[in-house]
Amino acid sequence: MTMRRREFLAGTAILVLSTMKSRATIISGGLPWTPDAGTPPIPVRPGPWHYFTSDEGRAVEALADRIIPPDPQTPGGKDSGCAVFVDRQLAGPYGRSEGHYNQPPFMPGTKQQGSQSQKGPAAVYREALAALDRYCQSTYQGKRFADLSDEQKDELLKNIEDEKTKLEGIDGKSFFAQVIKDVQTGFFADPIYGGNRDMVAWKMIGYPGARYNYLDWVDRHNERFPLPPVSLMGRADWSPKP
Amino acid sequence: MRSAAKISVIAIGAAAAWLGGVGLSGADPDSQAFDQIERGRYLTTVADCYACHTVPEAGKPFAGARPIETPFGVITSSNITPDNDTGIGAWTDEQFDSAVRKGVRPDGSRLYPAMPFTAYTKMSREDVMAIRAYLKTVEPVHQPVKSNTLPFPFNIRTAMRAWDGLYFTEGEFQPEGSQSAAWNRGAYLVQGPGHCTACHTPKTVLGGDKTTDNLRGFNLQGWFAPDITGDNNQGLGQWGEADITGYLKTGHNRMTAATGPMAEEVVNATSQYNDRDLSAIATYLKSLPQRQDNAAPLPANSPVMIAGQAIYRDQCSACHGIDGRGVAMLFPSLAQSALVHASDSTSAIHLVLRGGRSVATKQEPTAPGMPSFGWQLNDEQVAAVLTYIRNAWQTAAAPVSAETVGKARNQLRTRSD
Amino acid sequence: MPKKLPKKDVVIIGLGWTGSILAHELTDEGLDVIAIERGPWRDAPTEFPPNYAQDELRYRIRHELFLRPEQNTFTFRNKMNQTALPIRDWGSFMPPNGVGGGGVHWNAETFRFMPSDFVLKTHLTERYGAAFLPEDMTIQDFGVTYDELEQHYDAFEYLCGTSGTAGNLRGQIQEGGNPFEGPRSRPYPTPAQKQPFSHTLFAKAARELGYKPFPQPSGNLSQAYTNPLGLRMGPCTYCGFCEWFGCGNYSKASPQTTILPLLVRKSNFTARDNSEVLHINLDRSGKHATGVTFVDTGGVEWEQPADLVILSAYTLFNVQMLLNSKIGTPYDPVANKGVIGRNFTHQTISSVNGFFDNKKFNFNPFIASGAIGMCIDEFNGDNFDHGPHGFVGGGYMGQVQTNGRPIQSASVPPGTPKWGAVWKNATRDNYLSTVKPGTGVHGSFYSYRDVYLDLDPTYTDRFGRPLMRMTIDFHDNELKQNAFLTDKFAEIIRAMGAHTLDKQYRKGPYDATDYQTTHLNGGAIMGTDPSTSAINRYLQSWDVPNLFVMGASAFPQNAGYNPTGTVAALAFWAASAIRGQYLKNPGPLVHA
Repeated sequence: MTMRRREFLAGTAILVLSTMKSRATIISGGLPWTPDAGTPPIPVRPGPWHYFTSDEGRAVEALADRIIPPDPQTPGGKDSGCAVFVDRQLAGPYGRSEGHYNQPPFMPGTKQQGSQSQKGPAAVYREALAALDRYCQSTYQGKRFADLSDEQKDELLKNIEDEKTKLEGIDGKSFFAQVIKDVQTGFFADPIYGGNRDMVAWKMIGYPGARYNYLDWVDRHNERFPLPPVSLMGRADWSPKP
Repeated sequence: MRSAAKISVIAIGAAAAWLGGVGLSGADPDSQAFDQIERGRYLTTVADCYACHTVPEAGKPFAGARPIETPFGVITSSNITPDNDTGIGAWTDEQFDSAVRKGVRPDGSRLYPAMPFTAYTKMSREDVMAIRAYLKTVEPVHQPVKSNTLPFPFNIRTAMRAWDGLYFTEGEFQPEGSQSAAWNRGAYLVQGPGHCTACHTPKTVLGGDKTTDNLRGFNLQGWFAPDITGDNNQGLGQWGEADITGYLKTGHNRMTAATGPMAEEVVNATSQYNDRDLSAIATYLKSLPQRQDNAAPLPANSPVMIAGQAIYRDQCSACHGIDGRGVAMLFPSLAQSALVHASDSTSAIHLVLRGGRSVATKQEPTAPGMPSFGWQLNDEQVAAVLTYIRNAWQTAAAPVSAETVGKARNQLRTRSD
Repeated sequence: MPKKLPKKDVVIIGLGWTGSILAHELTDEGLDVIAIERGPWRDAPTEFPPNYAQDELRYRIRHELFLRPEQNTFTFRNKMNQTALPIRDWGSFMPPNGVGGGGVHWNAETFRFMPSDFVLKTHLTERYGAAFLPEDMTIQDFGVTYDELEQHYDAFEYLCGTSGTAGNLRGQIQEGGNPFEGPRSRPYPTPAQKQPFSHTLFAKAARELGYKPFPQPSGNLSQAYTNPLGLRMGPCTYCGFCEWFGCGNYSKASPQTTILPLLVRKSNFTARDNSEVLHINLDRSGKHATGVTFVDTGGVEWEQPADLVILSAYTLFNVQMLLNSKIGTPYDPVANKGVIGRNFTHQTISSVNGFFDNKKFNFNPFIASGAIGMCIDEFNGDNFDHGPHGFVGGGYMGQVQTNGRPIQSASVPPGTPKWGAVWKNATRDNYLSTVKPGTGVHGSFYSYRDVYLDLDPTYTDRFGRPLMRMTIDFHDNELKQNAFLTDKFAEIIRAMGAHTLDKQYRKGPYDATDYQTTHLNGGAIMGTDPSTSAINRYLQSWDVPNLFVMGASAFPQNAGYNPTGTVAALAFWAASAIRGQYLKNPGPLVHA
């Protein structure tokens, strides 16, 4: 009895009603199934900036390194890939606020009502990074933010955070808060998104990563979990050592 | 249920009596017709005629036109409804019997062995006539079926004469007097109408059964139908009779789950077998040669085992357990799975690369699925994790190579199913 | 003109927990049932498999499994004199989307309400007098009692395989369980989950303070389980990806693991996914539903006629559907008349993070499950005398370590800068030794005259329908309750050995950007009087008797527990009334 394997299970009927990405279907008879089903993540590729200009990229790398400074044990935000993470995020749906309710009218509201901005994060970064460099160039003899000393950067960022320094045309405090959030998100997200390179952030805090089974350790109270972190694309130990 | 009761009587009767087919019918001719049709309905299910002769979801049972994939090309199944023009309505009983048991069509030409007449030849004429009686009662469908498109020399039906000479032994099943009635019934079902050999017996380059390796497993359609002899590692050596009957009835048991083509077989056929027949099959299969594989497992500290263990711990253990024993009736026990330890890893590779849905049955409706790992693991990693699960937990089997995985990946890529 | 489909016996709007329960019950009755679901089909091996479900950025931060606000959102304001503005990205709650609904991405905390929660108005008035309650508080009795629901709670727990320790077995208080719970007819189907280190410390500290800690009832199973439908579940592996995530290994109770595989096999059941119901259709009398109209993702409009309509969407969408279908009288807070939109509530939650000496404590916070926990109930409901405190209501509190996902969970002691070397070092030094309860204080939210739902006058959805407008703020009663409970909770965290506490009291005004559970309730409440409730005690619409409305929209106010257990019990209760009474004699089950 050789035969072509059918859709899969007897009685499974899926009638496709349209050709859109998420198509309406009729489900009856059995659980739907197709081989290779699923939407696995697509790892970020290294390489040039997708969204940032080179000046923007330098600025965000510099910001990332002040938000997460390098130390002898753990690289900083730049070398752990946080700027790459932010770049790829801004180039994607996040940068465009895709999926958000973007209908007018756009009216100012209270803090509790949340952002009512028409601009997505990508546009916010573009304007704010330009404003930041403009501020630095006028204040620090033509230097851009990335060219300041670490002490100068920290002082400026602290002043922006405390609203002692205002950037022209933008809300510097909320922009810096957004950069902090994005950079730290990239630091702790799976390395497939460009940050947390070599799982440095996970190693730093002792997080074992994208695991799915601690059944053997739930009873081991106050004992360090013994396995190293793993990314969605694995870890070095997955490949046989010659 | 009446047919089931009848079969039961047969199964527990003396082997010769039921095979002779004499004196089984009641005195009442109406009852006889009814009994014969009901018997035929059951036997049609046992022989799983539906699977090949029906296009799923087309709503035309037994009207044929389903493409059947063979190692030599695609064959289209024939219309076996009682339609006079395009089906078998005009056939005589003799012609029907010749097609089923001899592989000879009414015009004298030979059927391709995609039609498992090499197994059906073992059926009793009475059983074949019962199927015939049942098929006469199904809805006639006018559906001409296009002829086949096999490459040379298989497109020459006369060549099949030579093939038959090589691989076809005509003749009804002969009971072994020394064996129990249950054993004989099981042997009859496995070798005859159940045609288990069609998938589970290795084939020669010409597609004939390698009878010396009967039921020791065969690779087809991107899957490996595993060894179902008593081999301790790759076969059913560790299975009890209840494991066999449970698997055939529900598609699941404490060690494994049916997926791929076997899922379809369970739905269409074995889940509907009556309990005595399943028990008879178990009796027979458990009598097949026991083999103890004494190969030594790969050393746990070999690089490939270390890598495989890391992948297994990270990616597989959440369902299959750190100890490899899974969850009974839900997640297969890889430590005990014949599919895992098979000499041919095609099915295991297939499942890891593309995922799979286990079968849903009335008794076991859960139908748990395994996700695809093909996007995540490269050939070397798939090979490592399979090598690991074949050699962890006091079992041993040859390593799987990255090349084998790569070949399978390429072959599967072209398959839509 | 919509294309007309063949008539069905029953059309179900939304295939989440309650839609699945009703579909199962009514197909068992032999009825021909179709369920229409706005979102996609979802199942573990294909949508959230264990080889990529554990992705915090994708599922937690970017909300993969939830409704997109562009498809439907709400407008929000704190006070009636403000202009409501749209919630452009989710914050304080997370509307579900897709087959399985919130049952896909819940934590699976499977509580029952207490007997007194169902007769709240009567109980509090009797104990403290009517004058003790704030003047604008609009709490009501449910119209159904705990005793009536007990068998239905039981049915849901056995469907799910809930792991827990009984505290009250047929009136006998059980050691190790919750002594304040209502009597249960049977023990939980599976024993409580194993408790991680911090949970055992919490239990010890609570016991030493005189409380009776108990394991939180969990739909993340302690062991393999086969439910009464014959569906199999596996043991939870404590991966820490429950809430906001789907479970990849069949160990969290959900419609996917407990109902759907069987349901889709029934020949009298069909589901349509990616299809959004626009409105329920009524005949000319306005008293009889004729079916629904829906649109699929191709933009095609369909009419599905049916004899019985089950509205089983998320709370807010239930209310929106009723208003858009012009069923029932919209609530008017000024005149204090009307019912649809009335008694809208949420949950009053807060937490206390405890920072411990990292040389002595390693909590492995990533070893977690959504509903694992050790809790106390001494301050829930009316389990303590509220007389001296000047508020009513309460909640459970506990160390419920739901996850150690670092984007969300890496915490630093109060006063630490938000960035720089100090932040980095503090993050490194505290990750493994911080107790950060996923649920700390889980308090009630009682109903008020000026907390309600209606249709927004300005903003519309993609079909031009008005968005639902939420007017919601905390009242003093809830803020006092929370301050009291948070302090009690902090005492226990301190007693565990924390050197530093970060007490995060719930403060007003209600903030739509700050997540505080997805337990939105009310708006289409149940009751005994059609002038103050939308549906009767069987969840049947007072206005359209062949419409039943499931879900937490039925709660007159919210108790100090997670709602799903009660939502499901009410669904079984309604199904039982439909099967036992309604089908024999279709019409109102309660005559007003």
